[in-house]
Amino acid sequence: MNLNQQPHMASPYAPPQPGYQMYPQPGYGAPHPTQQYAPYNGHTSLYQQGAPPAGQGRAPPVSGAPPVSASDSYSQYAQGNVQNGPPSVPSQPQRPPVSQSYAPATVHPGTQPTYHQPYEAPTTSVQQITGHMAGMHIGGPAPNLPPSSMSMTPGPPPSMYGAPPTSQPSFPGAPTPPQSAFAGVTPAAPPVSQQSFPTGAPMSQPHYSSVPTSSSQPSMGGPVLQQPPFGAVPPASAQSQFPGMQGPPFANQSMSAPPASQPNHTGAGMPPGPPIGGVQGPPPQPGLQGFHPQQNGAFGQMRPPQSGYAAPYPGQQNFGIQPPPPAAAPPAQKRLDPDSIPSPIQVIEDDKANKGSEPFITGVRGQVPPLVTTTFQVKDQGNASPRFIRCTAYNMPCTSDMAKQSQVPLAAIIKPLATLPPDEGPLHLVDHGEGGPIRCNRCKAYMCPYMQFIEGGRRFQCSFCSCVTDVPPHYFQHLDHTGRRVDCYERPELHLGSYEFLATVDYCKNNKLPQPPAFIFLIDVSYNAVKSGLVAVVCEELKTLLDHLPRESVDEESRIRVGFVTYNKVLHFYNVKSSLAQPQMMVVSDVSEMFVPLLDGFLVSVGESRVVINSLLDQIPEIFADTRETETVFGPVVQAGLEALKAADCAGKLFIFHSSLPIAEAPGKLKNREDKKLVGTDKEKSLFQPQVSFYGNLAKECVAQGCCVDIFLFPNQFVDVTTLSVVACSTGGSVYKYSHFQAQTDRDRFLNDLRRDVQKPMGFDAVMRVRTSTGIRATDFFGSFYMSNTTDVELAGLDSDKTVTVEFRHDDKLSEDTGAFMQCAVLYTSCSGQRRLRVHNLSVSCCTQLADLYRNCETDAVISYFAKHAYRTVLSSPTKNVRDVLVNQCAQILACYRKNCASPSSAGQLILPECMKLLPVYLNCVLKSDVLQPSAELSLDDRAYLRQLVSCMDVAESHVFFYPRLLPLQKLDVEGDALPVAMRDSEERLSRAGLYLLENGLNLFLWVGSAIPQDLLHNVFGTASFSQIDPNMTSLPVLDNPFSKRIREIIESIRAQRSRYMKLMVVKQDDRLEILFKRFLVEDKNSSGGASYVDFLCHMHKEIRQLLS
Amino acid sequence: MAMFQEFIQQNEDRDGVRFSWNLWPSSRLEATRLVVPVSCLFTPLKECPDLPPVQYEPVLCGRPNCRAVLNPLCQVDFRAKIWACNFCFQRNPFPPTYAGISEVNQPAELMPQFSTIEYIIQRGPPTPLIFLYVVDICLEEEDLQALKESLQMSLSLLPPNALVGLITFGRMVQVHELSCEGISKSYVFRGTKDLSAKQIQEMLGLMKPAPAGQPGRPPAAQEMQPTCRFLQPVHKVDMNLTDLLGELQRDPWPVSQGKRPLRSTGIALSIAVGLLEGTFPNTGARVMLFTGGPPTQGPGMVVGDELKTPIRSWHDIQKDNARHLKKATKYYEALANRAAANGHCIDIYACALDQTGLLEMKCCSNLTGGHIVMGDSFNTSLFKQTFQRVFSKDYNNEFRMAFGATLEVKTSRELKVSGAIGPCVSLNSKGPCVSENEMGVGGTSQWKVCSLNPSTTLAMYFEVVNQGGKKKKSVTLCWADVQSQMQHIESSFDQEASAVLMARLAVFRAESEEGPDVLRWLDRQLIRLCQKFGQFNKDDPASFRLSESLSLYPQFMFHLRRSPFLQVFNNSPDESSYYRHHFMRQDLTQSLIMIQPILYSYSFYGPPEPVLLDSSSILPDRILLMDTFFQLVIYHGETIAQWRKAGYQEMPEYENFKQLLQAPLDDAQEILQTRFPMPRYVDTEHGGSQARFLLSKVNPSQTHNNLYAWGQESGAPILTDDVSLQVFMDHLKKLAVSSAA
Repeated sequence: MNLNQQPHMASPYAPPQPGYQMYPQPGYGAPHPTQQYAPYNGHTSLYQQGAPPAGQGRAPPVSGAPPVSASDSYSQYAQGNVQNGPPSVPSQPQRPPVSQSYAPATVHPGTQPTYHQPYEAPTTSVQQITGHMAGMHIGGPAPNLPPSSMSMTPGPPPSMYGAPPTSQPSFPGAPTPPQSAFAGVTPAAPPVSQQSFPTGAPMSQPHYSSVPTSSSQPSMGGPVLQQPPFGAVPPASAQSQFPGMQGPPFANQSMSAPPASQPNHTGAGMPPGPPIGGVQGPPPQPGLQGFHPQQNGAFGQMRPPQSGYAAPYPGQQNFGIQPPPPAAAPPAQKRLDPDSIPSPIQVIEDDKANKGSEPFITGVRGQVPPLVTTTFQVKDQGNASPRFIRCTAYNMPCTSDMAKQSQVPLAAIIKPLATLPPDEGPLHLVDHGEGGPIRCNRCKAYMCPYMQFIEGGRRFQCSFCSCVTDVPPHYFQHLDHTGRRVDCYERPELHLGSYEFLATVDYCKNNKLPQPPAFIFLIDVSYNAVKSGLVAVVCEELKTLLDHLPRESVDEESRIRVGFVTYNKVLHFYNVKSSLAQPQMMVVSDVSEMFVPLLDGFLVSVGESRVVINSLLDQIPEIFADTRETETVFGPVVQAGLEALKAADCAGKLFIFHSSLPIAEAPGKLKNREDKKLVGTDKEKSLFQPQVSFYGNLAKECVAQGCCVDIFLFPNQFVDVTTLSVVACSTGGSVYKYSHFQAQTDRDRFLNDLRRDVQKPMGFDAVMRVRTSTGIRATDFFGSFYMSNTTDVELAGLDSDKTVTVEFRHDDKLSEDTGAFMQCAVLYTSCSGQRRLRVHNLSVSCCTQLADLYRNCETDAVISYFAKHAYRTVLSSPTKNVRDVLVNQCAQILACYRKNCASPSSAGQLILPECMKLLPVYLNCVLKSDVLQPSAELSLDDRAYLRQLVSCMDVAESHVFFYPRLLPLQKLDVEGDALPVAMRDSEERLSRAGLYLLENGLNLFLWVGSAIPQDLLHNVFGTASFSQIDPNMTSLPVLDNPFSKRIREIIESIRAQRSRYMKLMVVKQDDRLEILFKRFLVEDKNSSGGASYVDFLCHMHKEIRQLLS
Repeated sequence: MAMFQEFIQQNEDRDGVRFSWNLWPSSRLEATRLVVPVSCLFTPLKECPDLPPVQYEPVLCGRPNCRAVLNPLCQVDFRAKIWACNFCFQRNPFPPTYAGISEVNQPAELMPQFSTIEYIIQRGPPTPLIFLYVVDICLEEEDLQALKESLQMSLSLLPPNALVGLITFGRMVQVHELSCEGISKSYVFRGTKDLSAKQIQEMLGLMKPAPAGQPGRPPAAQEMQPTCRFLQPVHKVDMNLTDLLGELQRDPWPVSQGKRPLRSTGIALSIAVGLLEGTFPNTGARVMLFTGGPPTQGPGMVVGDELKTPIRSWHDIQKDNARHLKKATKYYEALANRAAANGHCIDIYACALDQTGLLEMKCCSNLTGGHIVMGDSFNTSLFKQTFQRVFSKDYNNEFRMAFGATLEVKTSRELKVSGAIGPCVSLNSKGPCVSENEMGVGGTSQWKVCSLNPSTTLAMYFEVVNQGGKKKKSVTLCWADVQSQMQHIESSFDQEASAVLMARLAVFRAESEEGPDVLRWLDRQLIRLCQKFGQFNKDDPASFRLSESLSLYPQFMFHLRRSPFLQVFNNSPDESSYYRHHFMRQDLTQSLIMIQPILYSYSFYGPPEPVLLDSSSILPDRILLMDTFFQLVIYHGETIAQWRKAGYQEMPEYENFKQLLQAPLDDAQEILQTRFPMPRYVDTEHGGSQARFLLSKVNPSQTHNNLYAWGQESGAPILTDDVSLQVFMDHLKKLAVSSAA
């Protein structure tokens, strides 16, 4: 596992220890430390990465790497603290009190973990000494849990009890307090467990080895074991917390810490613990509470992946819990208690609690960033922000064998132009002069913090390919005694993860500096479009929207030029030159070979041609008001835009507002081919393939010109999204679809999307290249782009919402020492026509132990990758196969973990890695998604639409898309501005007296329970009875009461978070719309055959067992 | 002889007809020996002030394949109210409306002085004329501006109810819709893709929408006459169109160094023709093409856009080096035929310093009766005034233009029609009077003349088949509203008419044959004629004499041989085409001027006098005024020029000199006022570079070769190797009297 790292750890840790001890240890007493040690080993590794370096900058090995300049002092401090787990200490005290109350509530678990952490920290040092704790793996923890009854939640209390104790025990020091609490509830059991633990704990390492077997056997405790191995606690978060806050923070810390630890280890089995409890206040469940706590603990652990090590304990707890369930589950196949299985909500909330409050500092290699659901600040200290790049694994296997064995996908989800919050941006723009950016001679990697300067600064060695390159004279700088350039902190490219270069003419097409890009609006004016009100809406909106085109902050007005085209079966171009009194329309009816009829006056600056443009936009709806033309073309429309850009010799973007299947005689003519009978058959894949190759070829031309295509569809029937969207998907464009568009109801949604789409920052005519350390290679790419070779991702347009997912494969070995680097360089033309290079660098660790891999995974990213991969595979395989492959890969991942990283335990026990304990639930969501398992009423267009949407979603979007966010509103805190804690997506959890908001990034539902209280009804809807609620409303009435206000605020804030505007749908319980709504309750069974979470987990378990046997 | 002169004059004045022979041979054999065929020049719309139009329809012969028109030569039985057709001898009763006729009460068409009569046919509502402007926008700014102004001005000259349309072209072709308010709308076509008429109409939205219209909407939803969109009455759109023309910009597409602008003339014309074809077939319509350069792309291209490739010259054509020539010619011919079939005519106004492809495009005008005007720039008075003159009106305040004429020739059995040469196309109407021996456009007794004006003149050629008594001929013009009829008696040779008729034949041949072949043919004809009618002793050239009625003929031939109609040297293919175009349609007088320019001399020694077109007429103290039809040259002799330079004309005491200088200017002005197209006006002097216009025309009686052989007296030597008239005549005599021939 982390053995390698240990050495490092040792040194750094040593110093801190004292400090640490001081804090928490004393309070807790000796025993704890010992216990902690064991776990620490694992932890330590984590620590090293984060904290150690900083703290002991001097230490040769570590110091070099993490270039945390500013925060050095800080971090050091922090580190010390963190490691020690001081935070935990304080927290402990607090907690206990709380915990007691909690304990019942389930909270306990959470607290317990905290304790551990602190302990652990100190221990670490010791451990190292001890050495191998390693060994640990294992075993340690496992033992405890025996009690585990987890699965049984429902089952006999006793067993449950048993379980809880186990967990408690794990918490050595802390335990006591909690236990006491427990004691109250379930006196007998807890104590016991504790006792057992203490013993176990101290000796942990030794114990484990010895104990493991025994312990595990009894407890089944598989779970427990897991934790120890993982070790490392997330240092970063802990550190920061420490310094800043002592009092109150502690509480948090404690919370956070523990969770962190959990994550590492745990994969929780199917513990029956109450998920939420841990995090929040004590859920009032008396009887169970006792039990739950433990479970919670288990879950809680899961939350904080960072603290990893601390986790050992928690992990154990988990284990304890887990074991039981598995045992129970397999044989009996009884129904699991949904509360006992890993809860996404729990994990999300834990992560928020643990990592949300402090900045994520990117200086350390291989840190797993906070979850996408957590709000956090990023400090760029040498690695790209997770807002730009998220990886599926932050500790990559060194060899392809390992990678193959684990089956964990190695991928990075890159959002090159992501918008940063104001306090993090914007990126620095670096100008290296006429010679252009400094690059490695061989692999052409750009200058970055990983480049190693040698020979007194005269040359540098590339960290990607090891080639040595001379430093150009104008770039020369002396090195300081540590070998760093003296100007290191003055140059963004030497100390930041993300920055931009000003590109020279060599980086431009035809060696000519680019023109400012252009936006061309192409509006369908056929009968349907006019009748639905679309034409009027678009024209009206454009009048104001044109004032908000993207611009550089230095420019007074946007330099983007605009052009207008309307079309039905023929195209109408408009000359809007400023010198004209009236716009001129030019009709091109020869659509078989499209061309642009005018040059001068088609693309104009908004400022100059304002009057003419307004006049045009006023007249368009009138001109076509009486049109009777129903046929449309599409191919020529794109061609027209493309030709216009060609003629103007610039890149740009087309906004096409289109209403119907293009059946008019023209290139790209389509026919209606929707055939529901094919769904579910082997021929289904043909539905996802374009019906003509025309658009693919056209897209190629578009890309060559830098012509990005955004398509807004307003179909009343089949339009063949699959085929039409090819152009958008290959050019970095977006597709928006508004079925049965009606101006009154869909106006807001469309206009908000349009506004955002027009205004969002974007680059044009972009090329993206991902370079990696020798050893791995970017092999596969997902997203909206075109590739003419195997390395260059060509994007005619790249906006701030687009992601490109890159999959890596080994082509050699990676080194654990140096880790793996990746550099993503995007060459693009800015909205002002400046050619720039944006560079994102990321370093991840490498491991030779599978456990390290499993401890540093990002499940959300993995799922995002799986979904994209699967959605692409449906083009070539039947959906059923795709689903099977997914299930299989997932099973292999988990089985590999079980086999290699978990302590031996009964095969009947389901053991999940802490980092991936949500893999099954999320995967199930992917499997049930509309693309892979459509419901009967879903149209082919809808599926195609979703399919292409997902391909360029970032992790946050894909996460909420697959696991929608369900917010209970009935007990809203109208004063604060925090959102209510989300709930699991299951119907069982909806209360008839409740009011819930559900969103998945595309849809927004407000579910109203039939027994909703009068006052709530009145406050929100302004009506007196449930039956008076208008199910067709798309916005809530504006009522002057805090509740109504707050709900509307929440809705607005949720909309603001997503890249697409969500139309509000009000769903009344038992109303017919509810069927639709229920499809989003993804933990439940659905009508089209999707399994419930519990069922799927059992199925997964079965698969794993099969693999293991 | 004087009698014949009068007779000829009378025929021409009354009927617009000049025959080569006013007495016809009685047998076929004799006819062929005449050398000059029996033929005539016919000016259908010759302005006749004393010809009151008749407001009813002509009476036709009842025989289905005859349908001849009642004319003064018919035998009429006033009592029986029957007339006998003098072509087929069918006896026809008069229609009831003629019940009142008697010897003293004859309808106009029976009066001998009305051998030509004009019927005004009142059938259906009059269709408005159509003017479709096809405008090149690849012009220099200055040219375009001038053209725009001319076009705007022309709107006020059009009849208010005329329909007007606008097509502009450059790299693209734009068909402007004139009906819409507010936003101006145009249909755009790429200039490289040839489209069928059907496609064009479809793309312009001129096709009636398929019956499967919108359900729910009554189809009666007033089908807007689709044609209205592009062709609108002038009075409705003149403001609109004036603005539109005012806003016309030069073609915005960049023309890089070393390239010609891309000009889609071919497609523009094709669209114009297609548009009219689809909307107003068989209606009088003028497509007016204004172009400032050669078509450089698409079908009909004449030259590529690389400036380094020059446009074809005669040299290239002779070497078969003109890549695009055949294809383009074929393309334009097809267009011209389509336009002609629909009765539309195409004018070409080509103004550029270089060639514009008239050679290829000429058929568009030649076949449809359209004008060709060639100038250096649209910003010259030559173009401006000529263009204005297109819309000139006659004394009745009617436009001097007519459309859609069908010319039918009926002959009595002794004659057959061989063909016609002029701005017409064959209607392929076979009949008993059609000769198998084709001359010009033959094989038919009906031709279509899409557009004609008062001076449009066609040459008709006949074949004498048999001997017979009276030969009569009646020419009927339908549709356009003119019907003329004429009759004549034996007459003798008309050398002027014959010269022109022979010249037309020669030029017609020159279009398809090599230049030298044509000249040889012409020479042979001349020699044969001289042999036939000259008086001489065998092998004694000195004894050769020609009668008075033939005396000028060889001289005409001499100048014809030197004329730009048969000589291409020093002329571009476009110029040749232009000259020939006009030669083939002008009336006799103008044609003669073209063959042998007129030279007037002004001096202090007497009133202005016509002088020989000879280098001996070029004297230092004379001012010469030469009219070649295409050019009007004022040449100041050496002395005069010096005086003028010295400014004597400014001095009061030399008022007479001033008057002398003014006299030719005034005369020239008079010619300029009336001629269409306006000639190029050249004011030059001895030694001036432009004097070449004069020097190239005069008979080089004095050259550097024989200068000293002649008296010191006179003239200016011409530096040329061309033979002079004297030499020519000597040879002619020699050959004519040669017994070997």
